[in-house]
Amino acid sequence: MKVAVASGKGGTGKTTLSVNLASYIAEKEPVVLVDLDVEEPDSALFIKPDHSSMLPIYKDIPVWDAETCQLCGKCQQVCAFNAILKLGREILVIPQLCHACYACTGLCPTGALTMQPVQMGELSHSTHKNLSYVESRLLLGEEQAVPLIKQTIFFVSHTFSKGELILFDSPPGTSCPVIEVMLNSDLIILVTEPTPFGLHDISLAVETAKSLDKCVAVVINRAGIGDNAVHDFCKANDLPLIAQIPHQREIAELCSNGELVYQKFPEVQRELDKIASYIAEFQGK
Amino acid sequence: MKEIVVISGKGGTGKTSITASFAMLAGPEIVTADCDVDAADLHLLLKPDFRIEHDFYGGFAASIDKSLCIGCGICASVCHFDAIVENDSIYSVLPIHCEGCGYCTEVCPSLAIQMHDRFTGKWYDSTIKTQGRMIHAKLGIGADNSGKLVAKVKKEARLIAERLGAEIILIDGAPGIGCPVISSLSGAALTVLVTEATMAGFHDLKRVYELVKKFNIPAGCIINKVDLNREIAEDIRDFLKSEGIPVLVEIPYDEIFYQAMTAGKTIIEFSHNAIAEKMQKAWSETLALIG
Repeated sequence: MKVAVASGKGGTGKTTLSVNLASYIAEKEPVVLVDLDVEEPDSALFIKPDHSSMLPIYKDIPVWDAETCQLCGKCQQVCAFNAILKLGREILVIPQLCHACYACTGLCPTGALTMQPVQMGELSHSTHKNLSYVESRLLLGEEQAVPLIKQTIFFVSHTFSKGELILFDSPPGTSCPVIEVMLNSDLIILVTEPTPFGLHDISLAVETAKSLDKCVAVVINRAGIGDNAVHDFCKANDLPLIAQIPHQREIAELCSNGELVYQKFPEVQRELDKIASYIAEFQGK
Repeated sequence: MKEIVVISGKGGTGKTSITASFAMLAGPEIVTADCDVDAADLHLLLKPDFRIEHDFYGGFAASIDKSLCIGCGICASVCHFDAIVENDSIYSVLPIHCEGCGYCTEVCPSLAIQMHDRFTGKWYDSTIKTQGRMIHAKLGIGADNSGKLVAKVKKEARLIAERLGAEIILIDGAPGIGCPVISSLSGAALTVLVTEATMAGFHDLKRVYELVKKFNIPAGCIINKVDLNREIAEDIRDFLKSEGIPVLVEIPYDEIFYQAMTAGKTIIEFSHNAIAEKMQKAWSETLALIG
């Protein structure tokens, strides 16, 4: 079963919840934690994996062959992303704009454009006892997170068995990277903080998840700050509020050092246990 | 006209609260823009009036005319996004997977596939509580192409600034290092990096700064929650020093950020306190940096 930990707003505690929950569950049973926030992956700071295996991840982009090209300009005409320019007697490819749709190469009458792999990121994975950890990292200057997320999910689906619990630490926001993660998840746990920012962004995340027909549960982090509007929102929308992690400066201090918090804070462990039980029950259904 | 872009890499460092405070301090003379379009929160503090609303279409999606489709399946075989599915020899497009490349329309022998504009979101031209102007947006649910919406917000903010003769555009940037943040940074005169004294804050600062460096944009840095972890705060200072990035201000961990936000106010309006003074200092330093 695949569970996405997502949020809408950044900085609400997605990574904190993901790493603590994965480590807590791994005390008893196997779990796979996958950091899909490929633009800024931070889970490893807490998991501290050693002996990671690295895999370069590629995307395909067209490469031009001047010899076979007739300069008909079909490639430029069919590229919807302005990634191909015909300049005089040259065809110029802009790799950052290419979406790897293959239209140019497929429609070129002389086969002058062939798709060739270029690296866009790297995937690393490691296993320690019950906890397997997978992370992908987008290379700097690469604009598109989605192809890397897709390939990472593909890797995870083919490396681990269907029965295993897989937790996705999702990217922030509600646009294409998160949608890619949500599409591949059975359950979405939205982490929010009880503030107007948290409320605004979770309402967008809920709408997004619902538009994809996905089941949603809510966790409030930093419970005690702000107001009750997120509670009211959950009630009004029939969303299960499955746990509330209390706000304490000491928890923030531990997190700042890349440390897990649940061993030192029984009140956090109690909430993680509620989440783990909810997931187990959901899986049973 | 100069663009100041506030970014952070990591979410939750206080980027939006700080941008809102800067907008209050700057007053009506500047133009403000919210480029964090898929989790736009700046409006919750600056209270724009959503005066003018526009739809934005930033991409394309394919659709198949069933009356013309002969069921050959060539479209599905060329689609690299698995966006065309077959059900009883009837082909249809899954909009959520369609990237809008148009390859299918090119190969369809019966001309049954058309590309149409795809709704990306709405953008607004508003007046905020300072009586200044703000351009902001709301990404449509499940919409793609947030980078293009960011570019649109920036373009409209520039047009307004030109018309009003505003010298500064203050921009709340997107998180991460991908297309929305690259789009936010284009044309910036200065980036204000907001980080926090946590391992994740520092890690993300280093990554996003690499991007800023690539674009050759000068930067200043605000270290928020500086007393949360003194060792990491020291590491951040060392890093900034080695990169030649001035520290605009250091702000201690303070719950006033949550309290002000809950009251729908900027730190500046919320109360006269030490944090508000820090904001004042950061804004003066920012102005000094762009000259």
